[in-house]
Amino acid sequence: MLRRIGVPVAAILAFLLLWEAIVRLNGWPNYVMASPSDLPAAYARFWSLFLLGGWQTLWRTVAGLGLAVAFGTLLGMAMGFSRLARDALYPLLVGFNAIPKATLVPVLSLLFIGQHDFNTVMMAFLISFFPIAVSVGIGLSTLEPEYRDILRALGASRVTIFRKIALPKTLPEFFGALKVAVTLAFIGTNLVEIVSPHGRGLGALFQSGATNGDYPLMFAVLIALAALGILLYYAVVFLERTFAGWAEREAT
Amino acid sequence: MNLIDIKGVSHAYRTPSGPLPVLAGLDLGVPAGTFAAVVGPSGCGKSTLTRLVAGLMIPDTGEVRLHGERVRSPRKTVGMAFQNPVLLEWRTILDNVILPLEIVAPRTSRASRVARAEELLALVGLSGFEGKKPSELSGGMRQRASLCRSIVHKPEVLIMDEPFGALDNFTREDLWQTMRDLRAKEPFTCVLITHDLRESVFLGDQVIVLSGRPARTQRVMPVDLPADRTIDILYEPRAVAMLHDLRDEIRIAQGREGAH
Repeated sequence: MLRRIGVPVAAILAFLLLWEAIVRLNGWPNYVMASPSDLPAAYARFWSLFLLGGWQTLWRTVAGLGLAVAFGTLLGMAMGFSRLARDALYPLLVGFNAIPKATLVPVLSLLFIGQHDFNTVMMAFLISFFPIAVSVGIGLSTLEPEYRDILRALGASRVTIFRKIALPKTLPEFFGALKVAVTLAFIGTNLVEIVSPHGRGLGALFQSGATNGDYPLMFAVLIALAALGILLYYAVVFLERTFAGWAEREAT
Repeated sequence: MNLIDIKGVSHAYRTPSGPLPVLAGLDLGVPAGTFAAVVGPSGCGKSTLTRLVAGLMIPDTGEVRLHGERVRSPRKTVGMAFQNPVLLEWRTILDNVILPLEIVAPRTSRASRVARAEELLALVGLSGFEGKKPSELSGGMRQRASLCRSIVHKPEVLIMDEPFGALDNFTREDLWQTMRDLRAKEPFTCVLITHDLRESVFLGDQVIVLSGRPARTQRVMPVDLPADRTIDILYEPRAVAMLHDLRDEIRIAQGREGAH
């Protein structure tokens, strides 16, 4: 237990020390590059904004991720069970995924003008559903026929086969994709918060730091974002252990 | 009367390069409570036969009957086992064995299901492994658990598609004996698909030789050996004669008649 927490914490401390050292050795003033020792002051000064912005960023990311899970799973099921759906949807999805999502920010803001929360959630969703859809689709379409046959031979319905076999068997792939989707959703949320005027959340706080040339604030925001990202990631790891822990192999 | 009756069954798969006939005039009759071993060259349509009996497929022509009734869809009175034990990794051995009962008898109590599964696991020598995950068991043990699962709901018909094919020889012989012991306790009628002639003679009440693709019934050989066979019987002259005879049939099925 000590090792599992101690090792990553030590690595983070080493990283911060290295960062501090590089800034000091180069003699960069904090309007060129902030150092970790600048950050506590920034947090102390703007703590209420950090809490508010952090909360806004977090809930919109989670909401977008929730949509991505629901939509991505449905899409993945369609592609996993139907050859036709797979052939039809794959190029479309890949093409959509290849579009830089930053270009969609103005489109979304025009379509849903003033609906800032909605726009942000939409972006988090749009950017993160792809890996979920693909992994669920592949997980289902590569299910060995014998797995289906043991229940089909007993007259089990498709729904039963899905619930008892296909769904649990796909869970490890699903969680793998969810880990990717978590960080993607964060990027989506921040994209809108930073790019759109009068944004909210940590992205907007970053933007106001940039406007004022306040490097310590900007870096403090980035570190806060990183911390939120780690938090969400480990929330997914926790869910994975709970629901798909059987797939985990002991490390050798 | 035969429990399983297959008459004049022909079937072709539709492939991009035209129809691929796999069965052409297959006949097979299995009396209730007996064991039919089906052998034939590889790729001759043996697995198609299992899917037909299980009702997972309907043949182009001919008929498959259970109890004289046409098989048109899957039924709860069938159990299946494959070369791949297909155990569900997220369930314990006990819960894997119980799985068919959840489908076939959803209203029975958990206690009675557990009792039934434990009874079978004891019969195949897996007592004490109920709480293990499949990945903690050896290949032979997994196949034993898979066998328990295929008969836990007391099916009338057990269909096995090369269930021991991936095991080493000694483990395989152990499982033959397990199978023999299960038959003494459980009243299923069995169709076994195999590549192993010794297996077919040791386990079968009759051995059906299929011809090369498209398969028809080439030879039906009754096996007149006592029910309580031991592996030693395979070394007795009458069994050796049967094996020899079967080997010749396979040679014919492969289209290599006379090529000794």
